[in-house]
Parts: sequence; C-alpha cells; structure tokens
Amino acid sequence: MNVVETSGLGKRYGRTWALHECALAIPAGHVTALVGPNGAGKTTLLNLAVGLAEPSAGAVTVLGGVPAGSPAALDGIAFVAQDAPVYKNLSAGDMLHVTGNLNHRFDRAYAQDRLAELGIPLKQKAGRMSGGQQAQLALTLALARRPRLLVLDEPVAMLDPIARHDFMATVLAAAADGVSVLLSSHVLAELERVADYLILLSKGRVQVAGQVEDLLAAHRMLSGPAGEADRYADRPVVHVRRGEAQAHLLVRAGAQNPVPDGWEAHPVGLEELVLAYLREPGAAALPGPARGRGATMTEVAR
Amino acid sequence: MGSGPGGGDGKIAPSGRVAAGSAIEFRLDPGSGVPTYLQLVQQVEHALRLGYLKPGDQLPKVRDVVASLAINPNTVLKAYKELETKGLTAGRPGQGTFIQATLSQVALPELTGLRRSLSGWLAAADGAGLDRDGMVALFSSALRDFYERRRGSRTRGSPASGETEGVA
Repeated sequence: MNVVETSGLGKRYGRTWALHECALAIPAGHVTALVGPNGAGKTTLLNLAVGLAEPSAGAVTVLGGVPAGSPAALDGIAFVAQDAPVYKNLSAGDMLHVTGNLNHRFDRAYAQDRLAELGIPLKQKAGRMSGGQQAQLALTLALARRPRLLVLDEPVAMLDPIARHDFMATVLAAAADGVSVLLSSHVLAELERVADYLILLSKGRVQVAGQVEDLLAAHRMLSGPAGEADRYADRPVVHVRRGEAQAHLLVRAGAQNPVPDGWEAHPVGLEELVLAYLREPGAAALPGPARGRGATMTEVAR
Repeated sequence: MGSGPGGGDGKIAPSGRVAAGSAIEFRLDPGSGVPTYLQLVQQVEHALRLGYLKPGDQLPKVRDVVASLAINPNTVLKAYKELETKGLTAGRPGQGTFIQATLSQVALPELTGLRRSLSGWLAAADGAGLDRDGMVALFSSALRDFYERRRGSRTRGSPASGETEGVA
C-alpha cells in the first residue's frame, strides 16, 4: 500500500508553479524524509497530501487510494504544521479537551499519560511552555488521534538539540508501532539515522525518490586523476569535484560495477548524496516504470 | 598525551536510565562512518566477546532502542536480523530477541585476570615512553607475529601438531 501517491500533481500560485508534474508513490511502513532547498515545494506537497490545499493539476491519493482531503483521509492522517502551532492561551488540558471533541477517534488516556511522562502539567498554558514542550504537546495531540500516517512539516527546525532528539524519539517510536511518517526537514546530518525513504524536491519537481538503502547502494564516489575525469563523461556522473591533480566523481554505480584502473571507489553517505544532487538540479534518480516497487531506477539524466 | 589512568570515555546518560531487562545499552558514534545497523551488530559482538552478554540474555526491545537513540526502527530490525543470521541470537515471538550463542572463549573472571596483566604491560609501555599509537603499533605487530609463527609451525606439518589440524 502507498501512503501517498501522486500523478501529474501540480499547484500553481498566480503564475508560478510551486509544484509541477509531481509523480510519487510513497510505500507504507517507512519514515520518509522530504528534503530540498527553500521554495522547492515541500510545504506545498505536504499541504496537498493532507488536504489543506487543492491541486491545480493532477491528483493525489493517500492511504491506499483514498482522495486527499476526504473524510476517510482526514481520519487516518495527523498533521503537525511548521513550528508546531498550539493555542498559546489554552492550557494543555484545554487543548486536549478541544482536540478530543473535534475528532471522533481520540485516545484521551494516551494523551494524558504522555503529557505526564513529559512532565507537562495539564493546567500549564501552552504559551508558557518551552519550544520543546510545545512541539511535544502538538505531537501528543496528533498521535492521540491514532493516525496511520503522521505528516510533519519542519518539525524540529526551531528546537535545541535535546528537544530535537526527544521529539524525534517520540516520532520514531510511533513508527516502530506501525505508523508511517512523512516529514520535511532541513537538517541533513540527522537524516540517515531517521529516514529510510527519501524524496528530494527541487524547483517544484521530484529530483530523487527511493528507499535510502537502494539509493546508497546505487551510488559510489570515484576518486582519481583529474586529467582522466572527462573520460567518464559518458558514465552516469551526478556531480564532479575537481582539484588540480585529483577529482571526485559521484556516479550512479553499484558495488558490482568495475572500478576504472587508477581510481578508488568509496561508498557514499546520505548527506553527501543529497548535497551532490542539490548542487546538480539537472540530475535525477527516480523509480523506473514500475513505480512504487521502489527498487528499480532509471538511468540518471544529466 | 592521553588522559590519566582510569579516564575512560564511558559517558553516563543524563537520565541514567537503564532499559528494564536488558544487559546492554546501545550507543551511536555518528562520526565513525560505520552504518548505524552495523554499529549495533558490532556492539553486540563486542559485548559477547567481553562477556557482558551471555546465552539467554535479552537484547533491548526494538521500540526501546528506537526511543532511546532516535533512530529508524527498520535500522534496528536490520541489525537484529543480521545477528540472527549469524546465529548469535534468536527471536521469540511476542517476547523479544535473545542471545543464543557466545563469542567469548574464556569466562569473565579469567578475562579480568588477562585484562589486569595487559594493564600492567600498558603501564610499563607508558613508563618506557611509548604513546598510545606506539602501543597499538607494537601490540598489532606482536599479535601478527604470534599468529604467523603459529601458522608457520602448523603448516610445516610437524608430527606433534598433527592433532590440532584434525578439525576441519
């Protein structure tokens, strides 16, 4: 089952396409990271998936074919918007009461236990909480709805390192319980630990999509003499870093591909891979025609 | 130079929390370049070699590892599967993952004795002016020589060593 599936999805604001020709199939059971530069269309894509925005073109379905924004979709998805918005004047207990009344499924006992665990008194006003506590409160309310898909927009951008760790620990524990997670993030360094599915958006288009394991296995960093770098121009080279004597080529090649004489091959990390693609908006690594099965990928277009 | 005697790098978590029913706690070294799942596998193997884990011990539950390290659950599952494939652990449905085999060839008290004599050697090496890298180099070289000499004496096929060759 795919938790989010899009075809030809586009969103136009005025004359600008914030998202264009977006084709995605995110399988269930993953923690998916949505990355890309500012203005790449991350928030737009998330808003379309949760039903907060209407597509200008194409279609988006969730939870195995349910139209985004329909009652069945809303019921199975919880969304925490950017900066974990909470009503500053309401206490934690009031927020719990209101959210419980607005949703027909709400695990009040879970929410109360969780807030107690976090040391957040029910009487405490949200505006008086630390950034980390506000984020945890928003997350607790989202998880108490017992969603099948949890969507988070830049959830940890404003948090200090400990609050970020504790927040992500809660999210990942939910993932361990079977909740699929889709989150946008700027923090590349933590990505490899957290995400096992990656989507890279660039200028409103999907540039890279796939399981992290497959993506890493399908790329190598080749290091060798700079003078010979151009000889590999015909290979699927994603990104080149060239010194006077030595050059590094990020290529689409697995461990089974032969390494040219005089060159060394190294495995790449997710951060290195994402940075290389961000620097080469023309390159792409996308699932092949068998979309959604994840493993097969088309050649890189350079 | 290095830190003083006993100045290990064992960090205590701020919460001091110990997962109930598990003999070890995992840690992560983000700068090591070793994939996360492999770090978990290696820590279990290391704990087995040093006798911290023994057959019958339960590994931390997947959800507890996920919640304490903030890592992807599939990473933990992959590590536990790898340990099972290696025959070191076995999963019991509904209960968790348990140690099945051991990698430590000697018992814990014996290990403590060996460690003490090694500490004595380290102190002597330090006294002689050898630094950390020097000790590692000397130890590795002696270790290599030891095994090469042993292999040499075996492959020469002296009748006395015949019985140790029997195991194939």
